[in-house]
Amino acid sequence: MTATGTFTPRPGAAPLVRQVLAQARMETRLLLRNGEQLLLAVVIPVIVLVGGILAADKVGLEFATTAVDTLTPGVIALAILSTSFTSLAITTGFERRYGVLKRLGASPLPRTGLLTGKVGALLFVELLQVIVIALVALGFGWSPVLTPGSVFGTLGYAVLGTAAFAALGLLIAGALRAEATLAAANLIYLLLLAGGAIVFPASSYGVMGGLLAVLPSGALGTGMRTALIDGAFPLTPALILLGWTAVGAALTARTFRWE
Amino acid sequence: MSSSPSDSVSSSAVLIDGLEMRYGDKVAVDGLSLTVERNTITAVLGPNGAGKTTTLETCEGYRKPDKGTVRVLGLDPRSQRRELLPRIGVMLQSGGAWSGVRAVEMLRHIASLHAHPLAVPMLVDRLGLGECGRTPYRRLSGGQQQRLALAMAVVGRPELVFVDEPTAGMDPQARRTTWELLQELRADGVTIVLTTHYMDEAERLADQIHVIDRGRLIVSGTPFELTRSGRESTIRLVVTQPFPPHAPASLQRALGPQIEVQPIHEQSLLITGPADANTLATVSKWCADHDVLPESLTLGQRTLEDVFLQITGRELSR
Repeated sequence: MTATGTFTPRPGAAPLVRQVLAQARMETRLLLRNGEQLLLAVVIPVIVLVGGILAADKVGLEFATTAVDTLTPGVIALAILSTSFTSLAITTGFERRYGVLKRLGASPLPRTGLLTGKVGALLFVELLQVIVIALVALGFGWSPVLTPGSVFGTLGYAVLGTAAFAALGLLIAGALRAEATLAAANLIYLLLLAGGAIVFPASSYGVMGGLLAVLPSGALGTGMRTALIDGAFPLTPALILLGWTAVGAALTARTFRWE
Repeated sequence: MSSSPSDSVSSSAVLIDGLEMRYGDKVAVDGLSLTVERNTITAVLGPNGAGKTTTLETCEGYRKPDKGTVRVLGLDPRSQRRELLPRIGVMLQSGGAWSGVRAVEMLRHIASLHAHPLAVPMLVDRLGLGECGRTPYRRLSGGQQQRLALAMAVVGRPELVFVDEPTAGMDPQARRTTWELLQELRADGVTIVLTTHYMDEAERLADQIHVIDRGRLIVSGTPFELTRSGRESTIRLVVTQPFPPHAPASLQRALGPQIEVQPIHEQSLLITGPADANTLATVSKWCADHDVLPESLTLGQRTLEDVFLQITGRELSR
């Protein structure tokens, strides 16, 4: 047979790096195209930030630093929660429903490549969120500590928080039906926003504070605040997030159904 | 030239041996064995629920055989899946794309996962996807979704393509386009395994047909072999009242030994053999003589539908 036909077989997988980048680009485009996800990712955190600053002003809430300096790290943590947990869970739930995961499962892209692509898309969207939130915060006079320690702490906690929440998001998406995932992921987001010690420090919740600090939301909030207010990298919240990542990933690996 | 067993394994595109698949208590595939030769279009034909999709998905590595062996291009679809996947193309029966993704965008994405993909614009053009290229997947018609799924299956230039009900719900024009593409793929050296419950699709397209029912292989052969085309005809007699019990034997005597009379159910008979207008007249006269009132009496070429009916006593497509 001569290799002249249009469809003459010439199979082969693209290099893994190219596949992962393609997957990350695709998922980023789809995330940015989805209006509801953008509401969750940008609009709500900005409303919380602005609302928090104005409310703190009005009712005379006392923080150790200015309201904007206290709230912005937590709002960044909230943005990370919204993308790496809620958005990821919902999109993955519907990918299961619509057979996307099944179809990609028959493509050359391995599962690890799919996961890496997803995480890449999450980190990119989070970067965009942080830029928007930082610009708004700077408009309100935000003055974060800018040291190698604070940059390392912020990036480190962004990655640790993403890992923990992504593991938990995938746990829900892989076990529940798409609609149930949608409901659960949004509900948990709202509950953690209100009472998860993510935007407000755990200490503002009184006796509950100690308990909330071990939630992934509390740990991520504490880590972000310590990084951006004190320029340090606290170890305990990092270990808590790693613990949640390990538990979430182990359970996900056991329970995740691809169809 | 001597050929060892491993040669014969690697020379066929698909080898299924004693496959058994269960969903709980329900047996979906029941000791199925069949072979697909390279460079053919092979149809797996059967009614809904016959086990076609389960069999295909086992070949694609989605499901683990409960019993038996499956080899695809000489590889185990489970343990050698990563090696196998770039070499095969998969068309799922439905879904397989994000609801918000645009048709061409999805195709480009699958193409980008392969090393030497086909030119996407060419494929878009060939399958008539140009007009809906920027349409989100959820707003594509069923036929457009099918054609996109087919494009996704072939874009990576695979050696072997599994297509599950490729033309279900397509309009006649789209069906022809799909058939032409599959024929061209074969001409260029691609092996195609398709499931269908359309007998005309199997008859027109396939080099080899495996008819399965209730998870078992019923008969295999070329369309010509299965229908013994040209030499045999069938007459189907449907009557308004149930036949008297002696009717088949009596009609058989009237028609002679050349012709086979087979009751399908109490109001329907299948008459197979070198039947012609005379046979029809004999049947008609027999009806009059026995006070049997025909509802329909049709003479036609023996089709796969008749083959299926003869073997299983049931209609293929209903």
